[in-house]
Amino acid sequence: MKLNRQWTWFHRLGSPRWFYQKTQCWLPWLGAIAAILLVTGLVWGLAFAPPDARQGNSFRIIYLHVPASFLALAGYYLMAIAGAVGLIWRIKLSFMLMKSAATIGAALTFIALFTGAVWGKPTWGAYWVWDARITSMLILLFLYLGMLVLRHAFTNHESANKASAILGLVGTVNVPIIYKSVDWWQTLHQPATIKLTSAPSMHPDMFAPLLVMILGFYCFYALALILFTRAEILERERRASWVRELVAEKQGGL
Amino acid sequence: MSAVLSGGFSAYLYRDLLLAYRCRSDLARPLIFFLVVSTLVPLGVAPEPARLAALAPGIIWIMALLASLLSIESLFSSDFQDGSLEQMLIAPNLLAMPILGKVTAHWLVIGLPLALISPLIGIMFSLPAVAMVPMVLSLALGTAVLSFIGAVGAALTLPLRKGGVLLALLVMPLYMPVLIFGSATIQSAVDGLAWSGSLAILGAFLAIAMALCPLAIAAALRLSS
Repeated sequence: MKLNRQWTWFHRLGSPRWFYQKTQCWLPWLGAIAAILLVTGLVWGLAFAPPDARQGNSFRIIYLHVPASFLALAGYYLMAIAGAVGLIWRIKLSFMLMKSAATIGAALTFIALFTGAVWGKPTWGAYWVWDARITSMLILLFLYLGMLVLRHAFTNHESANKASAILGLVGTVNVPIIYKSVDWWQTLHQPATIKLTSAPSMHPDMFAPLLVMILGFYCFYALALILFTRAEILERERRASWVRELVAEKQGGL
Repeated sequence: MSAVLSGGFSAYLYRDLLLAYRCRSDLARPLIFFLVVSTLVPLGVAPEPARLAALAPGIIWIMALLASLLSIESLFSSDFQDGSLEQMLIAPNLLAMPILGKVTAHWLVIGLPLALISPLIGIMFSLPAVAMVPMVLSLALGTAVLSFIGAVGAALTLPLRKGGVLLALLVMPLYMPVLIFGSATIQSAVDGLAWSGSLAILGAFLAIAMALCPLAIAAALRLSS
């Protein structure tokens, strides 16, 4: 009996309708917090933080580059965990979160690579360097793209969900191995001639806006994830009566 | 009990080897691919022995990787088409054992011959003689890992009609660690360094792949039925 009660909340949590209605009131708050943090961090970082001693103003792209890379990597794990939860407990919502996380993650990885290339030109004199971190990021982008492509290859939602969840789990085991291998490969081929200014050695005046940006990116990520998932829910559940009522309501209001 | 556990393994190993033996021309295809594509490199880059020798460790490994990838797609597809895969899925055995048998057969039929033929390409690329043994060993171990990882991709893309390019996209990023340590084994031998370390890491990859991949493959195959 007790077990039953425990599972009810779990499955209610997994109900797309519950998620859709519950997140409705979170959205404005989350959006406001993300906007405040991002605007504060950007203005602080781009205009008020002191320029770097060696890199001058070009280092300021770090305020986009680092948060994007953070979330690109964290997003992969979130995606894989969502897939695993979906596989184990057969929760539809979890698969929808996984799909949204894959799309957002791929975009963030691309942003991280792009800002890295833009940053690399003034710093290293080249847009692309086969540095360990850049290479791992590129492989991560390929992993994300594989997820997206696999999803779209299936016409059946059910198999697409399960297949991408399995691929996500296989990728999870591989991500640390890929990172370590690429690290090792890089030290073998080129001695560490290139060094990024790493976070702990940063001046607090530069580090504080970065922290704000990272927090802002986390909030923005949550917001984007919820919005993507809500759109996905509406599309998948378009035949459900509650979605029809919602649409009728919207059309009536117009 | 042990008969149930191992029965699936040896039965499917024997069956797949027999099938491969009956269609020997299919068997030769990846090997010919390996040789033909390797011929393209001197034509495309330069025929100077020094430059070829510098490229050889990486090129030989990339060719072997592509040859293995090319052949992995058919691992489950004919069984899927003639319905024997269905039989494998509903059999009372542990599904991982028949899968282990099939992947082992794939390695014996594709990976091992690639490893054994590689000294020929090594000679054509003027690779120093000291690198031959590490090359064969690293290819033998590494292609087994490639077979396991590739089989996951093959199982995932099985229900799709045009899985070929998709399979390559899914599996290539996962192949990269194997490529890194595989070519590093040869490179270390060429440079006169100890190469057993990277070979041992390939062995560790194989241990992980052998333990985990059959589970993922089993889960993926159940999707197709």
